[in-house]
Amino acid sequence: MTILKTEQLRAYYVLDMMGTKKEVKAVNGIDLDIKKNEVYGIAGESGCGKSSLLKSLYGLIEPPLRHIDGKILYNINEEEVDVFSLSQEETRKLRWEYISYVPQGSMSVLNPVTRLEETYRDFLESHVPAKSKNEIFELAREHINKLGLPQKTLKAYPHQLSGGMRQRVTIALAAILKPEIIIADEPTTALDVVVQRGVVQLLKEVQNELNNTIILVTHDMGVHANIADRIGIMYAGKIVEEADTETIFGAPKHPYTRYLINSLPQFGDKSVRKSVPGSPPSLDKLPDGCSFNPRCPHAKGRCFERVPEMVEVNNGHRVACWMEN
Amino acid sequence: MNLLEIKNLTKVYSQGGLLSRIKITAADNVSFNMKPAEIFTLAGESGCGKSTIAKMILGFETPTSGHVIHKGKKQKEIRNRKAWLEQGIQAVFQDPFGTFNPLRQVERYFFESIQNFKLADTKDAAIELINKKLSAVGLKYEDMAGRYPNEFSGGQLQRISIARSLLTDPDLLIADEPVSMVDASLRMSIVNLFKQLRDEYGVSVVYITHDLATAYYVSDRIAVMFRGNIVETGSVEKVLMEPKHPYTRLLRDSIPQADPQKKWKDTITLGELEQDEFLRAGCKFAGRCPDVMDICRQKAPEVLNVDGVQVRCHKWNGI
Repeated sequence: MTILKTEQLRAYYVLDMMGTKKEVKAVNGIDLDIKKNEVYGIAGESGCGKSSLLKSLYGLIEPPLRHIDGKILYNINEEEVDVFSLSQEETRKLRWEYISYVPQGSMSVLNPVTRLEETYRDFLESHVPAKSKNEIFELAREHINKLGLPQKTLKAYPHQLSGGMRQRVTIALAAILKPEIIIADEPTTALDVVVQRGVVQLLKEVQNELNNTIILVTHDMGVHANIADRIGIMYAGKIVEEADTETIFGAPKHPYTRYLINSLPQFGDKSVRKSVPGSPPSLDKLPDGCSFNPRCPHAKGRCFERVPEMVEVNNGHRVACWMEN
Repeated sequence: MNLLEIKNLTKVYSQGGLLSRIKITAADNVSFNMKPAEIFTLAGESGCGKSTIAKMILGFETPTSGHVIHKGKKQKEIRNRKAWLEQGIQAVFQDPFGTFNPLRQVERYFFESIQNFKLADTKDAAIELINKKLSAVGLKYEDMAGRYPNEFSGGQLQRISIARSLLTDPDLLIADEPVSMVDASLRMSIVNLFKQLRDEYGVSVVYITHDLATAYYVSDRIAVMFRGNIVETGSVEKVLMEPKHPYTRLLRDSIPQADPQKKWKDTITLGELEQDEFLRAGCKFAGRCPDVMDICRQKAPEVLNVDGVQVRCHKWNGI
């Protein structure tokens, strides 16, 4: 069952500087079809538009980011709802109850001058109909307990917790209203490997518990291999390949995906690994044709003229590359 | 002869107020040697003391006790930090965007270093030198001339930062988490560069990281640190393929493998507060160790030589 769908979604940063107009095509025609109860991974380099895509999915398109074209459809109680047709108050209600968000820097979500229980109260008060202070604290305590985090974290200030613990508290907070979708933007970047493992574990536990959907963005392919069910590879504002995790790692089709996977070092194998050559294109000056052509070893002819469409090469395996078309 | 010798290096920081003062031993009796043209990895979580060691090698921090010896000369006997670095030590830092001032053209840093170390007399000679160093990292002077840091990608900027450190022809590079801020897709270009510098220019690198997969790929020997102690030292093949210390094993198994067949199977419990571990008597890893014994909580383990690997663990006592 589809829980979130986008149709040819386009959102650009439109900048007007000293008379010259600049369009940064951060989300450039994206079709997603995310199912209920799956972990959907999005991978890509920094500056490929991952975070802008997430903001759009969250219904949070604010200037300078502008919605150009396309639709985002939420499936709320078996009913398709177009996010852009809702009023501000209606989208506000949906946040945290239907779709919630785990941002990258956990320090910037948690208020540094209040104890965490106050932060929990702020979130709960605006969504749960009138309850007393104690009832709300009780709810928060129960929730924290269930996720196996120590009780005393609620009484602590954010700076008293380690980075990993803060990130786990943020995940717990995002799950408290049992949302259908949790969006996680690089939740483990800047964390140590051991802590990263703990955080990924918690995400997976939350998903098992709530039976919901997680959209996980990270550039670490190792994390995707561990937790994602399906993966979309994003390049220059577009999804260029999409398949289930086994296929992405076992039989990648797009040259970019192949580079991403083959460049990762593995234990017990010291053969030479190469990075993707060149650097990512700037999203306001995309090359003609396929955006990957300046870095692609197979680029020829029509790669420089026309943008390849996504085609289904196998059951559920979609690629946007002229070699497969 | 050893290029670098670290002998019983200790650094103690005091923390807290006047009455509740506690002492944290960030580096505890750390010793290791490095040969010329060798890549040596210092691995461990944040707060294990690996950056403290780097700062002491560079002379940014004064050791509480112990010695840093580079090419037979003791750091303590050289008063001036510049003279110490002129012996051939250079640093590469974690965040390439933090290394360079965003309002300054990147090339200014090169000219400044050349002036400070009197490496060239004329501007043409300086540009020639810059070109030579940039070509070692796969760039050209024209790519860089007149541009500001925001015009480069993270990987390019990190390569430029390495080229800058090569200006003085160092024989030792201290690279503190050089790839953790660089995108995974561009990471290998930096790591391969260290290999190339070792093989073609005979530069030794202290590679400080928590990413054991790249450490395995690039380095010759590795030391794993935990809360100020080196717990295991040896060749990467031995240490990472057959880890002897339970902490090395935990660290290695926690690396997410880019292979859906090799998912994590068991769950882990995350540790207590960092401070408690630093102050723990006996083995500092005892609180999280799966193989913990009674003796671990009482007595700190000694370094044992097992199968060519130095390991600090009671488990191997008497074997």
